[in-house]
Amino acid sequence: MTTTTSGSFSAGPPAGAKIGPIAWARKHLFSDWFNSLLTLIIVSVLGFAGFRLITWAFIQAQWLLIPNNIGLLMSGTYPSNQYWRIWTLLGVVCTLAGLSWGIIARNLSRLFSPWVLGGIAVVSAFFVVFPATRPSSMILLPMVAIVAVMAWVGRLVGRKLAIAGQLISLLWFVSYFVALWLIGGGLGLRTISTNDWGGLVLTLFTAISGIALSFPLGMILALGRRSELPVVRWLATAYIELVRGVPLVALLFMGQVMIPLFLPEGARPDRVVRAIIALSLFSAAYLAENVRAGLQAVPRGQQEAAASLGLNTPLTLTLIVLPQALKIAIPAIVGQFISLFQDTTLLAIVGLAELLGMGRSVLANPAYLGRYAEMYLFLGIIYWVFCYAMSLGSRKLEQKLNTTH
Amino acid sequence: MTQIQTEAAQIDTTGNEPVIVAKDVEKWYDNGFNVLKGVSLTVYRGEVVVVMGPSGSGKSTFIRTFNALEPYQRGSIEVDGILISHDLKNIEAIRREVGMVFQQFNLFPHLTVLQNVTLAPIWVRRWPKAKAEEVAMRLLDRVGILEQAHKYPGQLSGGQQQRVAIARSLAMQPKVMLFDEPTSALDPEMVREVLDVMRTLAKEGMTMVCVTHEVGFAREVADRVVLMDGGVLVEENTPMEFFNNPQEERTQKFLSQIL
Repeated sequence: MTTTTSGSFSAGPPAGAKIGPIAWARKHLFSDWFNSLLTLIIVSVLGFAGFRLITWAFIQAQWLLIPNNIGLLMSGTYPSNQYWRIWTLLGVVCTLAGLSWGIIARNLSRLFSPWVLGGIAVVSAFFVVFPATRPSSMILLPMVAIVAVMAWVGRLVGRKLAIAGQLISLLWFVSYFVALWLIGGGLGLRTISTNDWGGLVLTLFTAISGIALSFPLGMILALGRRSELPVVRWLATAYIELVRGVPLVALLFMGQVMIPLFLPEGARPDRVVRAIIALSLFSAAYLAENVRAGLQAVPRGQQEAAASLGLNTPLTLTLIVLPQALKIAIPAIVGQFISLFQDTTLLAIVGLAELLGMGRSVLANPAYLGRYAEMYLFLGIIYWVFCYAMSLGSRKLEQKLNTTH
Repeated sequence: MTQIQTEAAQIDTTGNEPVIVAKDVEKWYDNGFNVLKGVSLTVYRGEVVVVMGPSGSGKSTFIRTFNALEPYQRGSIEVDGILISHDLKNIEAIRREVGMVFQQFNLFPHLTVLQNVTLAPIWVRRWPKAKAEEVAMRLLDRVGILEQAHKYPGQLSGGQQQRVAIARSLAMQPKVMLFDEPTSALDPEMVREVLDVMRTLAKEGMTMVCVTHEVGFAREVADRVVLMDGGVLVEENTPMEFFNNPQEERTQKFLSQIL
């Protein structure tokens, strides 16, 4: 707007005031000939790409390989007559997820806002319409119902029971071992070898185990690196620097080849366990640095105040320093968890058929020759959903722990 | 009768039983700087001692040796009859009896005001939660923060935070309170509310050592005023004499700069 003359300060709405979409576009997109040209070029490129994507997705793409192989992609070569165990596990997870949601939202006046109801409707509709989930919609729809009902129950319990939060954390902890039992068998269930674990189930299992193991290990390493005892400090530093200097793939191979060398014949851990150990040891080194950054950001005065009140070092650490350090480090820690989740794709290289590996073996089937785009797009969306959920969770947690206003 | 500290009323302010006895305290920083060059000071029960001095004189470092936040290399410090040594048990025992208020408040930002005050009584004194909260609420009432008990420190003004910090120290029922420039980080209009709390505390007979630049407070409340400069104790006097008739040339110069 080079034509602006004197007196233009009072013209136009004040900053931040609402203006119509046409006025907005005029101001931001077509303010002069150069901007107008840029706008037109970008819009036409985006429009063309979007048009091609949509026509491809709905006309050219042959999605049949997804519903035809959905069992393989979700759970690998897990025997189909034992699928009920995985469904039961999903039911347990949905129950706990619903309860947690209800407990976290216990102080909201309305649990099922229009947005939430809309979300539930969209997810349910998707399960019915999407070809890959349609055959299982009679199981998936009740799962959605379980989440909703349990959220309602969780809110009631949360309002009555002060320790509901601790209780649900404990239940999540226990559920890990329930999952292990349901998937792996034993104690009355048919044992299913980890050779038959695969697909998304294996991806989630290794990722969750890796996260659960690497977090405490990373925390210990971070504290070790700041220890006043030189030996502890050197050991922690050496570990961190060594592991960070080695690619994960190398570590995964070493895990498969070297861990058995150190252990006697009978006590050799399973392939999946070895992969989880390698993944956790790798991730812990990075987590340690994230936690250390958090520890360094806690002002020295906090420790002095705690000491002046007579708190000893362990109490100061657990009650004062670590809660603040971890809170500061949440974005970095969750970023590392997301990396770990995506790093599980490397397990395919050491012969574990996790989600991506399963997808590749489906593509190797001559019947689905050349259907790369469909498969990778589908897998990409699955990975994105989980990673975005983690990222969203981290943001919510940050908001919840923000105590400045 | 306003009482901030429950036991305070029983303390005999006229007795001259020493609480802190510092003898020839010398301290070097890691870089070799000799920050304390043989400082001696005895603080008696119920007494208010104000420590003044230019920045870099070692006054903060000196009072921070009283609860072992700063180690010292030579001399001796006894607090309530316990010698501050490398023995961790002794240090923790002393810190339970010595309260400290910092320039930057140092409240725990992740805990509510009430949790800040009850933390040490619950974890160090092993009081039941109900008792700790009852005492905490009474203290918060005394420092005028009762309504804010369930807020977080970040939601309070500087003056309010410092009053919470005082309540937090008092909750441990200390025998002596150390104040390290408690009003230096405050906006001018908030200095008074903090000094008022300290004044009340002094009247109730709390033994206090205050590093401060507040001349009015020192004149009114202190039993003794000492001047530190360059790591030595330059003058030790009654507030009247200290401000009106200082003996040392260094004191006269210092006063001419701040008055």
